Amino acid sequence: MPQTSHIAVEVNGVKREADVEPRLLLVHFLRENLGLTGSHIGCDTTSCGACTVLLDDKAMKSCTVLAVQADGRKVMTVEGLGGHGKLDPVQEGFVAEHGLQCGFCTPGMVISAYALLQENPDPTEDDIRTAISGNICRCTGYEKIIESVKHAAKARRRRRT
Amino acid sequence: MIPPRFEYAAPKSVREAVDLLKSRGGEAKVLAGGQSLIPLLKLRLAAPSLLVDINRVTGLDYIRESGGFLRVGALTRVSTLNRSALLKKRYGALHDASLTIADPLVRNLGTVGGNLSHGDPSNDLPAVLLAAGGELAATGPSGDRSVRAEDFFVGTFTTALAQDEILTEARFPVPPPRSGGVYLKVEQKVADFATAGVAVQVSLDKKSEYARVGIGLTGVGPTALKATKAEAAMVGKRATDRKAAQEAGELAADASSPTTDIRGTEEYKRGLIRLLVTRGLERASQRARRGA
Repeated sequence: MPQTSHIAVEVNGVKREADVEPRLLLVHFLRENLGLTGSHIGCDTTSCGACTVLLDDKAMKSCTVLAVQADGRKVMTVEGLGGHGKLDPVQEGFVAEHGLQCGFCTPGMVISAYALLQENPDPTEDDIRTAISGNICRCTGYEKIIESVKHAAKARRRRRT
Repeated sequence: MIPPRFEYAAPKSVREAVDLLKSRGGEAKVLAGGQSLIPLLKLRLAAPSLLVDINRVTGLDYIRESGGFLRVGALTRVSTLNRSALLKKRYGALHDASLTIADPLVRNLGTVGGNLSHGDPSNDLPAVLLAAGGELAATGPSGDRSVRAEDFFVGTFTTALAQDEILTEARFPVPPPRSGGVYLKVEQKVADFATAGVAVQVSLDKKSEYARVGIGLTGVGPTALKATKAEAAMVGKRATDRKAAQEAGELAADASSPTTDIRGTEEYKRGLIRLLVTRGLERASQRARRGA
């Protein structure tokens, strides 16, 4: 019988518990154990960022973290954005500026953008480019994504004033 | 990809972690940021029987100056280096290098200790530590010891750490006034490993001549390399002596042993070292004159 560990992780504000093998990756825990399929598995080699989530408010690639490492910590996935019938400013930005085509990279892009704006509400274009440099998009050429994040930053500031 | 089965332990102290490593006699691996180890596990290039996750160990995440050194705890995330005003002001090579490592998502997890102890010749921090003339602190069953940077990087993926030792701290000497450092890296695309990288750390005397020069090279040998001949050739030269800087570039290129691969030919990489060392000396001495 392989070793299992009991973990309790707060995912999008809800405490989720499970017995997991230590080798279970966080992205598999989210997608398969919890059914949160918003975080995508693209490259599975820490390159593409489609699996990006927040772990204790820091953006990271959930294909390169073990689920056991998230024990006692907070995870936010793309499903945790917005709510109560309202889009998060980042989601609003991607809709308004058409920041996606196929949409595969979008959950990761959106989480990286959200993390950027939490830390830096008024980013320069350079800041945005750096913040999404761990997320690969094969459709858009990035320009629309950058416009989306700029839009989001403005929408976010507007909502706060 | 799913990693092979392993047992998992998350000790709360370095002592406990060392005991766990010792109990498995080389079959255990330390999990720090995991940004190199977890991909290796998935690819079955590593198959330890036990992972010792040190992320729950407290007191290994800090940046501070004391006792003549900048001390960086082994669990300090690379993203913490990115945001450090002290590094930006006084440890330019370390700050530059921290911004070139992988991408921001990886830097949020990747650690200073992991970058150094992985022993990958393409990692960026070893060259910075070599150029600075730094050292590393490790804890094992018989206590603590320090290892000079030039004795630490033994071979590709091999360091001076014993199987039951844990790296706890990286130490960079506090530079004297009129010092400056820089890290220059050529990469094919954002977040790639270096095609070639160069760390330069210099101190100037009152006549603006080089009093101390440290040069470390990334990705052009079995380990990060210390370009000792190039360093020695610059001492006593004027900071504005472009010809001397070009000669140092030649010496460093001669000391490198790059291999032809997807990122470039051996000849191309030697050319990069020549250029980056020359440019690095110029930029580091500019920073030294500005007092950074």
